[in-house]
Amino acid sequence: MTTAPTTPGARAVTRYRLFWPAAVLAVLLLANLAFTPDFFAVHLKDGHLYGSTIDILHFGAPLILVSLGMTLVIATGGIDLSVGSTVAIAGALACLHISEAADPASLGTVLGAVGIALGTAVLLGLANGVLVARVGVQPIIATLILMVAGRGVAQLITDGQIITITSEPYKLIGGGYWLAMPFAILLSGLVALLTALLTRSTALGLLLESVGGNPVASRLVGIRAMRLVGLVYVFSALCAALAGLMVSSNVSAADGNNAGLWIELDAILAVVIGGTSLNGGRFSIGGTVLGALIIQTLSTTVYTIGIPPETTLVFKAFVVITVCLIQSPNFRAKLARRGAGRRAGVRPSPATTTNREVGA
Amino acid sequence: MRQQPVLEVRGIRKEFPGVVALDGVDFRLFPGEVHALMGENGAGKSTLIKVLTGVHPADGGEVVLAGQRVRIAGPLQAQQAGISTVYQEVNLCPNLSVAENIFIGREPRRLGLIDWAEMRRRATELVCTLELDIDVSAPLDSYSIAVQQLVAIVRAVDVSAKVLILDEPTSSLDRDEVRQLFTVMRRLRDQGVAILFVSHFLDQIYEICDRMTVLRNGRLEGEYLTSELNQVELVSRMIGSELAGLDQLAGGKRRERSAPATDRAFLEAEGLARQGSVEPYDLAIRSGEVVGLAGLLGSGRTEAARLLFGADHKDRGTVRINGTETDLRSPRDAIAHGIAFCSENRKTEGLVGELTVRENIVLALQAARGWARPLSRTAQDKLALRWIGALDIRPGNPEALVRNLSGGNQQKVLLARWLITDPKLLILDEPTRGIDVGAKAEIQKLVADLAEKGMAVLFISAELEEVLRLSHRVGVLRDRRMVAQLRNDGELTPERVLATIASGAEQ
Amino acid sequence: MNANALLTRVRGQIPLLVTSVLLVSMFTVGSVQYDGFFSGQVLLNLLIDNAFLLVVAVGMTFVVLTGGIDLSVGAVVALSTMVSAWLVERHGWPPLVVIPLVLLMGTAGGWLMGWVIHTFEIQPFIVTLAGMFLARGLCYTISVESISITDPSYTAMAQTRIPLGDLFVSPSVLIALLVVAAGFVVLHYTRLGRNVYALGGSEQSALLMGLPVGRTKTTVYAISGFCSALGGVLLTFYMLSGYGLHAVGLELDAIAAVVIGGTLLTGGSGYLLGTLLGVLVLGLIQTVISFQGTLSSWWTRIVIGGLLFVFIVLQRLITARRR
Repeated sequence: MTTAPTTPGARAVTRYRLFWPAAVLAVLLLANLAFTPDFFAVHLKDGHLYGSTIDILHFGAPLILVSLGMTLVIATGGIDLSVGSTVAIAGALACLHISEAADPASLGTVLGAVGIALGTAVLLGLANGVLVARVGVQPIIATLILMVAGRGVAQLITDGQIITITSEPYKLIGGGYWLAMPFAILLSGLVALLTALLTRSTALGLLLESVGGNPVASRLVGIRAMRLVGLVYVFSALCAALAGLMVSSNVSAADGNNAGLWIELDAILAVVIGGTSLNGGRFSIGGTVLGALIIQTLSTTVYTIGIPPETTLVFKAFVVITVCLIQSPNFRAKLARRGAGRRAGVRPSPATTTNREVGA
Repeated sequence: MRQQPVLEVRGIRKEFPGVVALDGVDFRLFPGEVHALMGENGAGKSTLIKVLTGVHPADGGEVVLAGQRVRIAGPLQAQQAGISTVYQEVNLCPNLSVAENIFIGREPRRLGLIDWAEMRRRATELVCTLELDIDVSAPLDSYSIAVQQLVAIVRAVDVSAKVLILDEPTSSLDRDEVRQLFTVMRRLRDQGVAILFVSHFLDQIYEICDRMTVLRNGRLEGEYLTSELNQVELVSRMIGSELAGLDQLAGGKRRERSAPATDRAFLEAEGLARQGSVEPYDLAIRSGEVVGLAGLLGSGRTEAARLLFGADHKDRGTVRINGTETDLRSPRDAIAHGIAFCSENRKTEGLVGELTVRENIVLALQAARGWARPLSRTAQDKLALRWIGALDIRPGNPEALVRNLSGGNQQKVLLARWLITDPKLLILDEPTRGIDVGAKAEIQKLVADLAEKGMAVLFISAELEEVLRLSHRVGVLRDRRMVAQLRNDGELTPERVLATIASGAEQ
Repeated sequence: MNANALLTRVRGQIPLLVTSVLLVSMFTVGSVQYDGFFSGQVLLNLLIDNAFLLVVAVGMTFVVLTGGIDLSVGAVVALSTMVSAWLVERHGWPPLVVIPLVLLMGTAGGWLMGWVIHTFEIQPFIVTLAGMFLARGLCYTISVESISITDPSYTAMAQTRIPLGDLFVSPSVLIALLVVAAGFVVLHYTRLGRNVYALGGSEQSALLMGLPVGRTKTTVYAISGFCSALGGVLLTFYMLSGYGLHAVGLELDAIAAVVIGGTLLTGGSGYLLGTLLGVLVLGLIQTVISFQGTLSSWWTRIVIGGLLFVFIVLQRLITARRR
């Protein structure tokens, strides 16, 4: 115990961190094999790929997007409850624009719709960011406002109706195919990649982790936390808006009431499963993607097994509480104490508790 | 007249992982006395109080209260046994009324329901016995901190009138408020309450206390009558004066200090002050000069430094950097002007524990560059490895999490963080506190070398030997005032600095 | 010093004052604007339609006063309707057994969440989120469909009208008002209630003053659980069915009512009377919108969101000035 611990590199640690979400995902996927023998089969039909795994990726794409934004918000020690409303507003605005356009199928119309949706998202995110970073309202409360009002706004935009549209280019975003793959998968993959690049090949990731990990020290180091925090809420809203476009495009309709309902909770769950602590600090984009896929696979599995799909919620409840218990320092301390009692004489050092965090 | 002590602590021992905070400390408190507990950082003062109030259980020794051995398991048990504490940060509920704060947890009840009228009546009575003029039904936070503190004392005394611990109650009070507090304390003393008083203000200690117990490095230094120990002796007992021994540890004699090359000050502060933290002070630091700040804990040495870094906002005064007046409104401003600040609280104000050594080292430089201009990974690795080597940070792995490092190595990481920004002025607040002797000597040597190469250094430490060994000049603080600036010309002895601290005037 | 004390006291009441003014002016504007609006029955209908929300909001007030939050209330309401309907209709249990059982279940669930929050120091919002998932999920394990209730005692409760002169209220209103009264007494005249305020004021201080912090916390969530279950029972009287999709988003309405009622979301300050006013404001918004006729129901959400914004910023200003 006296020699310097040969700590594995941070990269090895992140890999280690990703190990458990990846393992859970693998087990879930394999479990499906028992019920659906051709679960992993992927067919090429009419130049499009089909299969259960493709479906999981496809249906999980909006959740991945929302979770990406949520990851950065949570990394700063915040939370964004308003993403579900943003999903609904973005979809509603885009569909309204397209349905009122003279030529719904033209590329210009669709680009306009996308622009309006994303532009509005920036404003919504800015509102959250200002409330949190400048006014100093607790994130959960600040974003609650938009969570409540946003659904009303979305319904106001759609006039309480479900706006259905027919627009080939718009359909591509959520329901179309490109290079044999559903475009939604490619889009969310691209955003995930961009987020990873943006945070890891600039200093953004480091600064965010610093702000979330120790706000006082970050101020004394000269980090402009206020700007950064504002920025992540804008990013989160943008991701949510993209997800909103995807959802509405997939069904060619905007439903102000149900689009993105409870997606904020799934996103928080995905982030937490992915190994990012709700207390802020270290975050993992890869972990979040895995987390989102776990949730989607869970839904799919429950569906294929034939259990009423609504009961997925029960599983989610257990996942939430298990993950939070594992992340709770108090719970770990209790576990460690018990473990240390069993192997008398071995004092749990900080290093061993880190390992236990993953192993518990 | 020889009384029985109301509280007696024998051979108390308390260990934290890696540190012995209290090592066989004895302590006695008699009824009807005001007793000062004295000691510097790490002396074990706060640990002793926490043991007495049941926040930390003791690892050894015994506590005897009114002739009975007691085991104090928690704050509630301490209160029930007759020990109440009033902290510097008023630990009452600001949203409740004064009366409620006095009685919460033991409200008078009738038919199982709280009897508000009775509660107000009794609260008014209690407040009147201490000759305070307070409306007890007003919310606590409509009153000043001083009054809130008095309310806390009223509560503490009413809960259990035997032993009252006042932990730095005067830190945020002005002169009149302190006088009011002392009046109340004397009245309680005359009623037979034993009061344990902790304060960093020597004048206050000598004004109010009958006896004092001095702790140093977790051990009992001695118990004295205030009238028999003068201030100089007290300070030297608190700080200790085994000078020769320490000098040898650091490797030979004091370093030869060549006078700084330039005469122009890099930074000049004039009349810089902040209400409630430090009185107006002047200070000039030249490039290549080490200026030490000496003073007891709570004397305002940290607060003075924080103003120079923009970490706290100044109320008045000016700062000139290279002759130009500069408004330092945030740490970011200060950093842009080449000022760096290593806080004394490494964990809470310095490092980001869950980031790696490399990330912590590049953090300040990266923050200055902004997020869009990242240091490449290669550059980061190079910087980290270079400074890990230069400062001998162990383990020498840049990817180790910083929270797993020892205190000395964490301090070096913090130093490395600022050194790579190539600062013109380096402010070090207690850089050698709580680290082992070897690392201490290394950091001292580093500071001297940096000054040699032209960096201005503001060096804050509770250890006079260290300050004298490194500094060209020493600013002495006492009770939040800069009382003297002494030239360290080889004639300056720790005794003279001690005398200055103790008397509050240049000796 | 006294002027200062008065100022602080008045400042604490500002949100409550604003809410009262809001309520009166909304009612006045409604009366001037719409025929048949100015009647006692319209006011009483506010209570009749929102009795269950009022009960849930009382529980939420306790939680928010400690500085916590309970996201599970809507789901627990739904689960209570579901379990009631299932036991009464599918298994023929007598309501006199079912109702206490449901209340006990809600209380136990709340207690458990409080215990986890306190013992493991996990944020209340995430624990109650798990509670919400669990309760909603359990609804669907009972039945995915709505179960309607035909039991005579339930229909009797639904149809009974208690006359008040020319006007009337439902039994649920009386129960809800009783809960408000009980909540008021607990908050202001028992040690538990005062501990709730102390905990919201400063948990650290409460601990050092030797108050039972852990017990207070768990009790508060148990109270919220009880109120949610009771709210569920009242909702079964109102809807005469059990359904997993009942009371979706109710937690938001309850939080909104508490905030609009002037309780600080950071805890430590607020009144049950305020929560009652908050619920009435929410009800009045709906009533105005339905009287207007041309305004659609979603305006309710937008107006509530707007009010939330105003009150949260107001709270922030008040607490910021206090520092």
